[in-house]
Amino acid sequence: MSARSESPEIVIRPHVENFIDWSVDKPKVLVLTADLTNSCEVGKWSDTYPDRYFSMGMAEQNMMGFAAGLAREGFEPWLHTFSVFLYRRPLDQLQMSVAYPNLKVRLVGFLPGIATPGGVTHQSIDDIAIMRVIPNMTVLEVGDATEVESVLDIAHAIDGPVYLRMLRGEVPRLFETPMEFNKARVLNRADDNINEPADIVILTSGICTEEAMRAVPAMVDRGLKVTHLHVSTLKPFSDPTVTAALTSARKGVITMENHLVTGGLGSAVAEVMAENAIAVPLSRIGLNDTYAHGASLPYLLKEYQLDARALVDRAEALTGLSLSIPDSDLAETRVAALHSEAKAEAL
Amino acid sequence: MAVQIGKMLAPEDIASATTMAENIRYRVFAHVMANNGGYLSQACSAAELLATLYTVANLAPLVSPKIPEPFKQVPGKGAAYLNGGDFHGEMGPDRDRIVVSPAHYALVVYAALIETGRLEASALEQFNKDGSTVEMIGAEHSPGFESTTGSLAQALSTAGGIALGRRIKGESGLVYVFMSDGEFQEGQTWEALQALAFHKLDNVRVIVDVNKGQCDGPMSEVMNIEPLSLRIRAFGCSVDSVQGHDISTLATALTRPTGKPHFVLAYTDPVRGVPVLNERAPNLHYLRFTGEEERQRYANAFAQMKVGR
Repeated sequence: MSARSESPEIVIRPHVENFIDWSVDKPKVLVLTADLTNSCEVGKWSDTYPDRYFSMGMAEQNMMGFAAGLAREGFEPWLHTFSVFLYRRPLDQLQMSVAYPNLKVRLVGFLPGIATPGGVTHQSIDDIAIMRVIPNMTVLEVGDATEVESVLDIAHAIDGPVYLRMLRGEVPRLFETPMEFNKARVLNRADDNINEPADIVILTSGICTEEAMRAVPAMVDRGLKVTHLHVSTLKPFSDPTVTAALTSARKGVITMENHLVTGGLGSAVAEVMAENAIAVPLSRIGLNDTYAHGASLPYLLKEYQLDARALVDRAEALTGLSLSIPDSDLAETRVAALHSEAKAEAL
Repeated sequence: MAVQIGKMLAPEDIASATTMAENIRYRVFAHVMANNGGYLSQACSAAELLATLYTVANLAPLVSPKIPEPFKQVPGKGAAYLNGGDFHGEMGPDRDRIVVSPAHYALVVYAALIETGRLEASALEQFNKDGSTVEMIGAEHSPGFESTTGSLAQALSTAGGIALGRRIKGESGLVYVFMSDGEFQEGQTWEALQALAFHKLDNVRVIVDVNKGQCDGPMSEVMNIEPLSLRIRAFGCSVDSVQGHDISTLATALTRPTGKPHFVLAYTDPVRGVPVLNERAPNLHYLRFTGEEERQRYANAFAQMKVGR
């Protein structure tokens, strides 16, 4: 699939109606929120199913416990709040009340990484790292509107707690087929056979996939053999397609994530490479031991070198080639107006 | 007058609960002597609370006392996980639940289960032994523990969720929670209180061992929580402050209908029945003998308690 010459369809608040429709025949599904109901696109859900919606106020530690109790009684609570508030303050409660007993609590976290102008307090740059080390936890991250829609069934089917790194507002539709559990999407193949050598293998997650999809076609055009995988299941991380693709890398592997380079996708890939003795360089794109600050997404992607250009630079460094790709070939970054009508309610 | 919540205690119930409390204290003291130390003060303070709770709560009977299974695995790793709530009998819509919050009281809870015929007395031989579920600070595989509460002040929130879930399902059973006063230092406890009141969960009844002590010493010196009853009431819950060693008073307070989440603050004596502990006051959290001389004094005190029975 190439996204270079065509702008993807932009879906406005895909979670709102989809989650309402999806919940209609699932009476055990409840929603708990902590004062960010409209901000997490469940305001209409709460109007539609008032008997299944519970406001817990700005009190996330207690919300974890209530969710645990409800899950023990056979319900499936879907907690909706910003990602940071699901694992920073209430981490002990998340671990002892929810994760240890392996309860079917769904932690739906919005504003992944630097995808918010809300600044350091609202930017979940370490959530994947922390969630990945919690026993019993499943970690999912969506990259487009189709995944926002199809991730619900995946989370619903898991017998245990699930952390879901979610997107809101204006979300591009990059994929036509539903997300599959523990299965990476192969967006570009160096060869029809995934086992055939590739110059570089690129693995991306979340909103970084769209950035990579701007750069990969340009690199391919210049003769680079690139395999590009989009990863939406961060834990477990045992997809044989990933291992096969990594094994096919000749010059190196690049990971690209809206997260610290420690503990997230880059680390997960490093573990697989080490365990399988895949001896090529690994270059991790992400935040490098730094917090970020409040600014627009395109600004921050550029500042922290998380954009399409950064990927080209890394590919050049790994291969020793000069690809001579002008900015015009990296398709303009889609800009969602900061205060557009489609943006969810205030922070 | 509104109907009573929970079981009305007859004089013979009160008599048997009184005996139960004495036996809990005795059993824990015996265990502490045999094991050269342990959580003794918690039995002194909470014996009547747990005896009352297990008498008042509507729990399904067991055919016979259960023998705890050895530790097999933690939850989520394949096979079915055994739950300490099984010792409270089969759950049912009209059955009550008991959620124990301070897991550090595990030894006292085990003793209470033995005295109510729910746990084999031999189980205490497995206390704090490798491979046993009769752990010192148990998890939810430990007898009497529905949830994992060693990180204090989390059980009330979980109990709130259980109570909310039971209300959605239309179940009439109550959710009793046993708490310690130190847990009122944690912010989560107050988050739980405001949520219980906000969601009108009057099916939650909490009994608190206010023994005024914690690991570092007297609570008044570590971090004050008083006036506790006023604070709880201000959060929208009902409160009874009672003397914590009178079964009849405790039972009345615990079953008084209030239409709100209800808290019984049981003010207790942390050396009740074992006055020799006064030598250590106010540092009573865990008894570890300083030497043979001290051990002998406790042995004498235990012998006296034995004679008095």
